[in-house]
Amino acid sequence: MDAPNTDVIQGTLDLLILKTLSLQPLHGFGIARRIEQISRGTFKVNPGSLLTALQRLERAGWLDAEWRRTENARRARYYALTRAGRRQLEAETADWTRRVAAVARLLNAEG
Amino acid sequence: MSVWRQLTRGLRALTNRPAADRDVADEVQHYLEQATAEQTAQGLDPDAARRAARLELGGAMNVREDMRTFGWENAVETLLADLRYAVRRLRQAPGFTAVAVLTLALGIGATTAIFSAVYPILLAPLPYPDADRLLMLTDLGADGSPLDVTYGTYREVTERARFFDAVAVMDQWQPALMGLAEPERLTGQRVSAGYFRVLAVAPARGRDFDASDDRPQGPRVAIVSDGLARRRMGGADAIVGRSILLEGDPYTVIGVMPPGFENVLAPTAEVWSPRQYQAEASFESAEWGHHMRMVARLKPGIAIDPAVRDLEAIARSPIPEYPRPPWADLKLGFGVHSLQHDVVRGAKPVLLAILGAVLLVLAIACVNVTNLLLAHGARRRGEFALRVALGAPRQRLIRQLLTESLTLASLGGAAGIAVAMIGVRALGALAPAELPRAPAIRLDAPVLAFALVVTALIGLVVGFAPALGASRDDPHAALQRGSRRAAGGRGNARSTLVIAEVALALVLLVGAGLLLRSAGRLFAVAPGFDGSHVLTMQVEAAGHALYADSARIQYYAQALEAVRAVPGVTSAGFTSQLPLSGDLDAYGIVFASIPPERQNDYGSAMRYAVTPGYFETMRIPLKRGRALDAGDATVGPEAILINESFARRIFPGRDPIGERVRLGPEIGNPDRPWDVVVGVVGDVRQTSLALDAPDAFYVPMTRWGWVDNVQSLVVRSSGDAASLAPAIQRAIWSVNRDQPIARVATMDALVSRSAAQLRFALTVFEAFALAALALAAIGIYGVLAGSVAERTREIGVRVALGASRRDILALVLRQGLGLTALGVAIGLVGAVAASRGISAMLFGVSRLDPATYVGVIALLVGVAALASGMPAWRATQVDPASTLRAE
Repeated sequence: MDAPNTDVIQGTLDLLILKTLSLQPLHGFGIARRIEQISRGTFKVNPGSLLTALQRLERAGWLDAEWRRTENARRARYYALTRAGRRQLEAETADWTRRVAAVARLLNAEG
Repeated sequence: MSVWRQLTRGLRALTNRPAADRDVADEVQHYLEQATAEQTAQGLDPDAARRAARLELGGAMNVREDMRTFGWENAVETLLADLRYAVRRLRQAPGFTAVAVLTLALGIGATTAIFSAVYPILLAPLPYPDADRLLMLTDLGADGSPLDVTYGTYREVTERARFFDAVAVMDQWQPALMGLAEPERLTGQRVSAGYFRVLAVAPARGRDFDASDDRPQGPRVAIVSDGLARRRMGGADAIVGRSILLEGDPYTVIGVMPPGFENVLAPTAEVWSPRQYQAEASFESAEWGHHMRMVARLKPGIAIDPAVRDLEAIARSPIPEYPRPPWADLKLGFGVHSLQHDVVRGAKPVLLAILGAVLLVLAIACVNVTNLLLAHGARRRGEFALRVALGAPRQRLIRQLLTESLTLASLGGAAGIAVAMIGVRALGALAPAELPRAPAIRLDAPVLAFALVVTALIGLVVGFAPALGASRDDPHAALQRGSRRAAGGRGNARSTLVIAEVALALVLLVGAGLLLRSAGRLFAVAPGFDGSHVLTMQVEAAGHALYADSARIQYYAQALEAVRAVPGVTSAGFTSQLPLSGDLDAYGIVFASIPPERQNDYGSAMRYAVTPGYFETMRIPLKRGRALDAGDATVGPEAILINESFARRIFPGRDPIGERVRLGPEIGNPDRPWDVVVGVVGDVRQTSLALDAPDAFYVPMTRWGWVDNVQSLVVRSSGDAASLAPAIQRAIWSVNRDQPIARVATMDALVSRSAAQLRFALTVFEAFALAALALAAIGIYGVLAGSVAERTREIGVRVALGASRRDILALVLRQGLGLTALGVAIGLVGAVAASRGISAMLFGVSRLDPATYVGVIALLVGVAALASGMPAWRATQVDPASTLRAE
């Protein structure tokens, strides 16, 4: 049997990032791991896509980024949800829920 | 907020790329470290952990690159890189760059200069608020042609028309400004009180006219232009409320117009005064003469159609309160045009023809630069092939080439603005005086915007073909061929462009040729006088002191005497109107022996009231009878002369000498003794060289019903006529230093000015046609030179196989002339079609004049042969041995 597909469903990466950051500010690696944990390993985030997406969301004004010093004197970039980001999360959540319900209805359709 | 972020983040990346790069690197590095730490924590040894982390990340460099290329600033960076590269390329080929930039500068500059005239005249609204609401209203003559309105008609319109905010009438006024150091004849307008309110422009200082100013015996008040206030009156602030002397009467200056005020209805007017006509005047008075122009402003939101219908209704339904004389009964209604149309219609055909010509020049310039770019690109094929082979996407190459052509066009556009500045000045110097809106012809924002758009379009157009060609290339083949012989496939495109160039040049040359022949024909026309060595000027008898006829006669006689005493003057005389000067003054003439239906066509003829000396000075020949002499000035029956063609038509086969006539105001007066024709003089063209001499009669100045207060002095000199002007003015002012002198010009200058529009079009067409010819020659030369360079080997083989120099010469010439022949064939079709655009300006030559076409083709083929000669000669110098060895 093939290994299970752990790709993030296309178009949902933004939603996942926003949701994850709505719980607490995190750096890139933290976000990736948190998504894996919460989805119980269903989704494995591609770091390249993640870091580019973070840049894009920051530019769009949905995330704030902040450089912090780590214990070993490295710079780490932490991301937090902005107010606009929270609104965006709500909108995307609603959209997603609507679409999932539609798909579910289709799959349950009989005759 | 996010726009702000985009901007600041992007700008930061642009201005401090290292810092932005460090951020990205640090973030990726931190991710790697975290991932490694996690793997280590799960028990992997550090090396394996690091490898696993790298694997997960999928190539740190790629990730960094992905993150780096996000954002608009990267597009800018690519553009800047392309620009830097383009500039470097252009600097590496200075000769190519110089020729291309110069060509584009000429094309863009000439087009911009012409557009600076086209824009205000044909495109922009007139310089008044809501100018589209301004209408010109005319009366209509019996044949339906527009006719000046009477004051009576104006009064009826102001009272009865419902859709106008304001209506005004005006006529010309040329008052003498007196009482200052030097008298001057001003140009001005007598207007009804609402004139400036119709235009919606108020004086900048002082006040506008109001109804109380515009009544008979009203106050003498004037509004002056800012220019006149500065020039003669010490500035706008100094003059308001003060008094100036016009025609000997004191006028209070009540207002000064704003500095930029453009008076399109009388562009040279500098002074305005109320007309002060009588509201209810008898039909015999001046109020009922057709000599006023009427302008009206529509109410806001009213379209032109209802206003026209309203006017028609008024014209059809006279009411007793507004009686109309038979000559102003409005039976045919009103003529209604927009003011814009009225102002520009005379200039439109010339301007459109010149616009067409300059667009042809621009097209040729573009074709030439495209050609240069193709040739240039051919030499760079190896470079492009290499870049494609190394993985550059084709669209990147296209973008690179378009950046180069746009850079080239921008340089050309910048230089073109400089050319346009010179061009606008030249336009000002060359343009006929009747060109409307002259003050608005300048490089202002809309014109510069036009130049910018043209530049950008040209950058895309000239870059298009080379970019397409380069991107289509097969890198494999190009690399194999090397760059030395690489022009092959694009030869066709370049030949096509040369054909187009020749065709466009032919169209322009035919236009210039037709205008040149027209001018030749026109100036070959004998005007009926000899204008060489003749100086003319208008001498005025203004003011109360010279109001009586006797005073005027004495003044003019003394002036004439003083002028004749000036050294270098051989003869001098006065006339009431001067040929080809714009003067137009006709009166009725009735012959006693001729039945009414056989009198001359319009019942009127040109009236010249002259002093002795006029005919000698102008060298107008006496054909029959005798000249007017000093005795005719005072005694006996009034003696007149008529012109030759007039005499021949009215008295065919009969001697007109002794025929009795009545003239002008005396026609209907039975008590008046008959005047007598004593002589016949040669025909003189009065209004235009292009129009046959009108009927004319000459009377002694002293015997006409009045003595005109403006006379033209004509002076024949033994030397240069123009240089006599100051001495003659001094001589006249020695008689009376209060009298203005105006329109000082040699007769030759007046003749040439009478055909100003044709000369203007001719000069512009000649310049453009020469430029087109030169560009076409350069194009032919370029293609042949390229082709010879590329066929060196083939030519070497031919020579080795026994071809003579002659054969080689013929080979290249045939190629060049072949292209020319094709271009000429296509150009002929274009020229025949385009000549329609200038047919209105032609004189004495058909727009299909075979001699012009043959001459122009001969010129073009000759120049093409010259342009082909150089490369052909170079081809004969090919040494077969060295060429073949080089392979």
